[in-house]
Amino acid sequence: MDSTMSTKSKWWLSGASIPIMVWTLVPIVWIFATSLKSDAALGDQSKNTFGNFWPKSPTWANYKLIFNGGAKDLFLPALWHSIVICLSATIISVVLATFCAYAISRLDFPGKKLILTTALAVSFFPVIAMVTPLFNLWRQIGLFDTIPGLIIPYLALTLPLSIWILSAFFQQIPWEMEQAAQVDGATSWQAFRKVVAPLAAPGVFTTAIIAFFTAWNDFVFSLNLTSSNARTVPAALAFFTGASQFTQPTGAICAAAVVVTIPVVILVLLFQRRIVSGLTSGAVKG
Amino acid sequence: MTIAADRAPKTDKPVTRKRTITDRARGERSLGWRLAGPAFVVMLFVTLYPILYAIYLSLFNYRLTDPSGRKFVFLQNYGVALTDSLFWQCFVTTFIIVIVTLAVELVLGMAIALVMNRIVMPRRTLRTVVLIPYSIITVVSAFSWLYAARVDTGFFNHWLHFLTFGGFNLDYNWFGGRWSSLTIICLSEIWKTTPFMSLLLLAGLAQIDSSMEEAAQVDGATWWQRFYKVVIPNMKAALMVAVLFRTLDAIRIYDNPYVMTAGANKTLTLSMLVANETINRVEIGMGSALAVILFVIVLIVAFIFVRGFKVDLTTTGGRN
Repeated sequence: MDSTMSTKSKWWLSGASIPIMVWTLVPIVWIFATSLKSDAALGDQSKNTFGNFWPKSPTWANYKLIFNGGAKDLFLPALWHSIVICLSATIISVVLATFCAYAISRLDFPGKKLILTTALAVSFFPVIAMVTPLFNLWRQIGLFDTIPGLIIPYLALTLPLSIWILSAFFQQIPWEMEQAAQVDGATSWQAFRKVVAPLAAPGVFTTAIIAFFTAWNDFVFSLNLTSSNARTVPAALAFFTGASQFTQPTGAICAAAVVVTIPVVILVLLFQRRIVSGLTSGAVKG
Repeated sequence: MTIAADRAPKTDKPVTRKRTITDRARGERSLGWRLAGPAFVVMLFVTLYPILYAIYLSLFNYRLTDPSGRKFVFLQNYGVALTDSLFWQCFVTTFIIVIVTLAVELVLGMAIALVMNRIVMPRRTLRTVVLIPYSIITVVSAFSWLYAARVDTGFFNHWLHFLTFGGFNLDYNWFGGRWSSLTIICLSEIWKTTPFMSLLLLAGLAQIDSSMEEAAQVDGATWWQRFYKVVIPNMKAALMVAVLFRTLDAIRIYDNPYVMTAGANKTLTLSMLVANETINRVEIGMGSALAVILFVIVLIVAFIFVRGFKVDLTTTGGRN
């Protein structure tokens, strides 16, 4: 594909990436700029430059606050909880959804429509109405404020989306390869493991990224089903306080957002490599 | 390669299947449920009880502060909600946000996906950078757009003032009116969730066999014809899932307008109305009824979409 592309269209595509990056990055840089502002600079235009964008005297005070200062005990455990809980939920959910979506798009069995419809229905019930009964149930069975107690609701949050994305993805995989394997005497399971799984890898990793961010973003479950042993970053941010009780912790929240984004970017880089390699291997051609 | 033909409906299939349930078909059925079962059970374990409980509560007149005064009122809550002008105002606001963000995100997301699919340099950087907004926690992104648009803390007015050579008023208050508030809410929503769209569309695009596109090109099809007749039909399933889940998520928009306006200037959305009833006014019965109404709206929209796209994910592709 790359070899057939003319130099002109290569340049055109590189050119098109510039506005995309600007649109994406300006708000990111803005969050970073805000994290470098002192409380005084936040509302005072004379202390900022470049159209009230960048602080004239950047300060690391907000980062000190979240790593050493008052927010330390709140932020670092929350970051750890977020990573553990969201990764676990993502892995479990993607594995379960892969099996489920494979069955839906490849096998003939009654109840497929029921599974897809249920997935849609449960994922779109307003979370806010779900959280109170879940809170009572969790207290009774001892799951309140535990890591599994948050992984389980996140599975419910990410599974439906994963099942739908993967079902759509699996439908478009050229299945001649699997049939060929079955003709050669492989069972359904062997055909799945040896032939389909490598073909499905890009879809699976795309789903993993989306499932991870869905869990990562959750605020309502974390706020209501945890208190300190499993609280994740979005809920912990709600408990941030400023330098004094009466200043809004805008800078600290932005600093936390910047710090929290770094592991996510690393994760995306790792996953994204799999997407690219999977998508460019032309194993099914011919 | 006959991907399109594989998905054509095979009308005679169920008949032949029913006539002879072979050992192989029976094995397939049990494997089907063994593979799909665990996911199904986990989903229901968490959600079934809360959903049924909420539906049950929606039939009561029930304030959390007055549990003994709980009274069965059947569908009265639904009647009150559906005849309330505030409900319909929230309905309109929510659907303005949904339609605007979806339309922009579909075009923008597709454009970004097309560029990401073909780009050579800077391929990895672009694919990583594009995803970053999706990783920013919604509340944080909402706060950053709020601060960016505000007169005292923001840069929007300064930059617009500069770009229009002083034509734009530096003291313009974006949060002073309904439409300007909704503009900022939609912009930040678009910025935050377009990556979801472009990532899913990219996955769909990458699955298209490029030889089909090349064949169309050899036959003299223009770029637009290839896009419309080859690319779109072959990524329909991915397109449907992206549009469906984005729409249904947008209908439930909550954090973003909550941070920006808290519902001022007629920017209250349906989810915010549900939260107001249950949390602030502790009207559990009414709140549950509103949640169920919101849920039904979402299901209707989902049904229309699935029908409209004419994609059936349950057909087993590639078999005769």
